Amino acid sequence: MKYVLLFVDTEQFHADLQAMTPDDRARAFGLVDAWVAEHRGVIRGGNKLQDAHTATTVRLDGPEPVVTDGPFVEGKEVVSGYFEIEVADLDEALRMAKSWPGCPVIEIRPLES
Amino acid sequence: MTAAGPARDEAAYDELARTVREHAGRLATALVRLIGDFGAAEDLVQDAVVEALRRWPVDGIPDRPDAWLFTVARRRGLDVLRREARYREKLAQVQWPVPSEPDERLRLIFTCCHPALPRSAQVALTLRVVCGLTTAQIGRAFLVPETTVAQRITRAKRKIADAGIPYRLPVEADLRARTAEVLTVVYLMLNEGYLSSGGEVASQRLVDDAEWLAALLHELLPDEPEVAGLLALIRLHRARAGGRFSAGGDLVLLADQDRSRWDHAAIADAVDLLTRTARRRQPGPYQLQAAIVACHAEAPRWEDTDWEQIVLLYDLLLAVAPSPVTRLHRAVALRYVAGPEAALAELDGEPAGRLDAYHLWHATRADLLRDLGRPAEARAADERALRLTSNPAEQAILHERLRWEP
Repeated sequence: MKYVLLFVDTEQFHADLQAMTPDDRARAFGLVDAWVAEHRGVIRGGNKLQDAHTATTVRLDGPEPVVTDGPFVEGKEVVSGYFEIEVADLDEALRMAKSWPGCPVIEIRPLES
Repeated sequence: MTAAGPARDEAAYDELARTVREHAGRLATALVRLIGDFGAAEDLVQDAVVEALRRWPVDGIPDRPDAWLFTVARRRGLDVLRREARYREKLAQVQWPVPSEPDERLRLIFTCCHPALPRSAQVALTLRVVCGLTTAQIGRAFLVPETTVAQRITRAKRKIADAGIPYRLPVEADLRARTAEVLTVVYLMLNEGYLSSGGEVASQRLVDDAEWLAALLHELLPDEPEVAGLLALIRLHRARAGGRFSAGGDLVLLADQDRSRWDHAAIADAVDLLTRTARRRQPGPYQLQAAIVACHAEAPRWEDTDWEQIVLLYDLLLAVAPSPVTRLHRAVALRYVAGPEAALAELDGEPAGRLDAYHLWHATRADLLRDLGRPAEARAADERALRLTSNPAEQAILHERLRWEP
């Protein structure tokens, strides 16, 4: 089955990352790279998104389209990236997500087909 | 058949209930394999049960009730398959008797208790699919409207299908954690059944099912000490059930129970199971809780209770599974080791704020305050406890106390 892993950053995570020394930060990114390399066989696509301040939201549920600055939900948690993966079932997707060394929240959502 | 009329109906219903209880999980499992659809398989079993309700009182109970149910369910399943071309190739695989592979039943339980499902749905689904309860029975047991139970089950089944929750045993790396999920569901059944609000019949049914599930799990996972621990815990509670209520139906406190009404053979068996399990030296919350209940169960009289041992067991329990309720229970035991003042200090310490809405915290404080000669405060605490419980048996005890208090 195909799933999308939606990675979610929190303010705390962001602050922690900023506070790291360059060496520690390089090590943290190294862990992420290693995770991606380990799962290369099942990753079908994905990317990191630019920061939430670059987001623009268009709402079409009123009489006219409304364009606003920022992500679609205002909150302390923002989507920061995604991977599309293809694995046997939810258990495999869960195992992958549990070993993710980056941001603290991941939503797993199956794709329609 | 010699019985006639209502008596015969009754016999057929009893037999059906027994068959469903023992075989519903296995039948659903066999049907999942047949038609590859979790929800549809369960519906087929229910259809067959409805058919049996109609036919057995008239035709008599069949020689092999489980095979009868399977045959009816399979026939309907085949109709479904015939209608759905994409299952056509599976027709070739159909065979009876389907081996009741233990693994198949385990798969079913683990699927129902998958951590990606909300807890309430895990419980409802397990009771429905594995234990064969109706949505109405589940609703009564948990004081939830039947429609809510049905919705939870429907949603859970859709998630199982759509989110790709696998119908198989967890891999080795996940097995411990996933078994813990299953045990939580069984423990919830025990708790709800033991101290529930759903009436005596519904409660008894839940405890029966909890024991049945725990025994099944123990048979299938004999090397999991916590499974054995939970089974022992359930059996110890059941063994003492005879003393819990007076002839008039009132809850009798442990100290006042007639211990000759306990099932001492069952207690000995459960303690034996617990002792054998303890040799593995992998203590967990269920084994420790069972050990505490065993201390009470083995004391010939209330006065003989080994409170020091109990306090020690609570210390171990707090180390592996800290919880304010466990601290409360430890304080109760501490009263008999170190006196009411020490126990009250313990209660008014750390857990206070977190247990303010818990009736037993107030009731226990009331007890200690009375012992310490502070009746006005005791009365206030009992009144607060009374406002916080909806269990009629507990309300009765609190009312009784308040009648005697100044």
